[in-house]
Amino acid sequence: MKLIAIARKEFRQIGRDRRTLLILLFVPAFILLLFGYALNFDIRHVRLAVDDRDRSAASRSLIAAFVNSGYFDLVAEVDEKETTRLMDRDEVRAVLVIPGDFSRALRTGRPAPVQVLLNGDNATTATTVMGYSLTIIRGESAKYAPPSAAPPITIEPRIWYNPELRSALFLVPGLIAYIAMITAVVSTALSIVREKERGTMEQVRMAPLDAASFVVGKTIPYFVVSLASALGIVVVSMVLFGMPMRGSWLLLLAALSLFLVGALGLGLMISSIADTQQVAFQVALLVSFLPTLMLSGFVFPIASMPRALQLVTYAVPARYFLVALRAIVLKGAGLEVYWTDLLALAGFAVVVLALASVRLQRQWV
Amino acid sequence: MRRVFFLVWKELIELKEDPRLFAIVVAAPIVQLVMLGYAATTDVRNVPVVVADADRSTASRDLIARFAASPNFSIVDVVTSPGEIDPYLVGGRAWMAVAIPPGFGERLARSEPQALQVVADGSDASSINIALGYATNLLAGYAQEVAARAGRAGRAGGAGGAGGTGGAGIEPRVRVWFNPRLESRDFMLPGILALLLLAITTNLSSMGIVREREVGTLEQLNVTPLRRWELIVGKLLPYALVGMIDVCLVLGVAVFWFQVPLRGSVTLLFALTSIYLLNTLGLGLFISTISSSQQQAMMTSIFFFLMPMVYLSGFIFPIENMPAVIQPVTYLFPLRYFLVILRSIFLKGVGLETLWPQALALAGWGAAILTLAIARSTKRTA
Repeated sequence: MKLIAIARKEFRQIGRDRRTLLILLFVPAFILLLFGYALNFDIRHVRLAVDDRDRSAASRSLIAAFVNSGYFDLVAEVDEKETTRLMDRDEVRAVLVIPGDFSRALRTGRPAPVQVLLNGDNATTATTVMGYSLTIIRGESAKYAPPSAAPPITIEPRIWYNPELRSALFLVPGLIAYIAMITAVVSTALSIVREKERGTMEQVRMAPLDAASFVVGKTIPYFVVSLASALGIVVVSMVLFGMPMRGSWLLLLAALSLFLVGALGLGLMISSIADTQQVAFQVALLVSFLPTLMLSGFVFPIASMPRALQLVTYAVPARYFLVALRAIVLKGAGLEVYWTDLLALAGFAVVVLALASVRLQRQWV
Repeated sequence: MRRVFFLVWKELIELKEDPRLFAIVVAAPIVQLVMLGYAATTDVRNVPVVVADADRSTASRDLIARFAASPNFSIVDVVTSPGEIDPYLVGGRAWMAVAIPPGFGERLARSEPQALQVVADGSDASSINIALGYATNLLAGYAQEVAARAGRAGRAGGAGGAGGTGGAGIEPRVRVWFNPRLESRDFMLPGILALLLLAITTNLSSMGIVREREVGTLEQLNVTPLRRWELIVGKLLPYALVGMIDVCLVLGVAVFWFQVPLRGSVTLLFALTSIYLLNTLGLGLFISTISSSQQQAMMTSIFFFLMPMVYLSGFIFPIENMPAVIQPVTYLFPLRYFLVILRSIFLKGVGLETLWPQALALAGWGAAILTLAIARSTKRTA
């Protein structure tokens, strides 16, 4: 079989470049380990400064409520001038300003305003911090205000799949998709164009071989390598980050394989189009690095994007894989839920591999 | 000096000869910025909601209409019993289910306290947290209005104040600085500028040099009367030029298309960007000295530099949320300092009097990596 011959040649070539092979096999798992540990969206230890112009028991009690909430670290007592300086330098993220007549207003039953200044540069963090402070102030306020009638409707939230809302359970699947995607695209993006640059492509062309088997033969060894590395990532997420496995392993393997073949195919397609490795690298980076991060629904929810951009996300394979991955490991859902996503992944793989073959065939003739 | 100029000229010609590369380094950043600029909103909108309306009263329909009217939610379906919501959540068609119990309208009319059950899909924990906040606010507003309509506002007549605080008690007044509309785009776009610059200049320079070595033309350059520093300056300068063109293009799109406020000094921005370019190009040179093929150069820069920098520099994930052990690691990345600089100049409009520690760190890092790279390249090719 010609296909096998190509695959064997590639295997041997991968084996010769030890550094590349080791990077492909082990670095992804290490990166996941590092990121899974380092990253989270849980906002704690918000650096808080206090501008207490009242200095009464009531104001101290409000400050204590902030500190005891566990969300804020009191780092400074400031006056108005200091406030600007500390905020400009990012030394504090929030400032609580308690006006001079705070306790008097409370005693006489008037509304007692307090000001919370927030550094809004990171809107997400700011929104969360705002929520924390409003809750704390409301709680403290209840001590003074006459108890109002129970609110007619309360909300009773129940959260499925991730009841403690651990951000690891949300981040880790995204990281798996991201790292697997980059590893796969990167491993094949240079594989054809390198042969073009070095001139060995001419020899391959002479061989009695059609473009399609050449492309498939190139995919197989990298598929083995990237599947091994992806499984490494999955194992790390389960053992170290407590990612559950509520669905079927077989389906996970299927989804992962389809995703990887698509990503490898994308790399090959880039490689068949590019004339130099520099171009191939740049393109690979541009189509995989940021889009997988930002257009896959990993960090930014797709539903919040403008309509036109939502259409673009259909071209990002990680989008489908993420849906399937979350459904399998977190929800334990069956095939009927995400078969369309698997189909899309398969479709993507077929399209990019076909494009790569057609492109090569044209160059050969 | 003339020799350097000729070398720069040669590099620019080579870049021009490769129209595809040229198009990529010029056009791609803009396309990326535009797409990512639209994508980069951590604001949660249009949360898909399924409602299980077991009451089917005017009140329940009223509540559903409120969810539908809110820009934060979009109703995907209304079913009759809570048992029917499972497939929506499992399939990801809805992120949240609101179950309105039978008798909801009647109890509401009698002002009896009652609880609405909201089931949420926690797999996207951070978005769902925000969505639950929206739902709570929406229900609180609705409840208040119903109470007011029923004329039961009673003695809490002053309770008109938003946020549910009573007449007396503490009244929070929140003011948000630097980004009062809480627009995450204004925060993300300067970051994308830094990242694109890193991705383009570091890779161009590292692979450009490794390629000359692979092809063998580096040997030819070595036997010319060019001095080592002339060779390095001549190789890096064209890429710095490309980087600067990218900066101008990207800045233009960010400021004029996305209307990101640029409150600080443009001169300072360009000055510090030049220092940052020394970092990225020095890094590229360094990678080229430790790689023997372009593939190795690519792997090294992606896995050991680009990826860690994207995640650990504070680009998306705030450094202050990271565990204390990891935080010192982030000081190793020049991107960290440049992100602070960019965001501060853009959003806060501060100058060097505040940013000097970051500027100094960036300059130090650049000097260190360049020295290291030059020392290594001397040994290697001498």
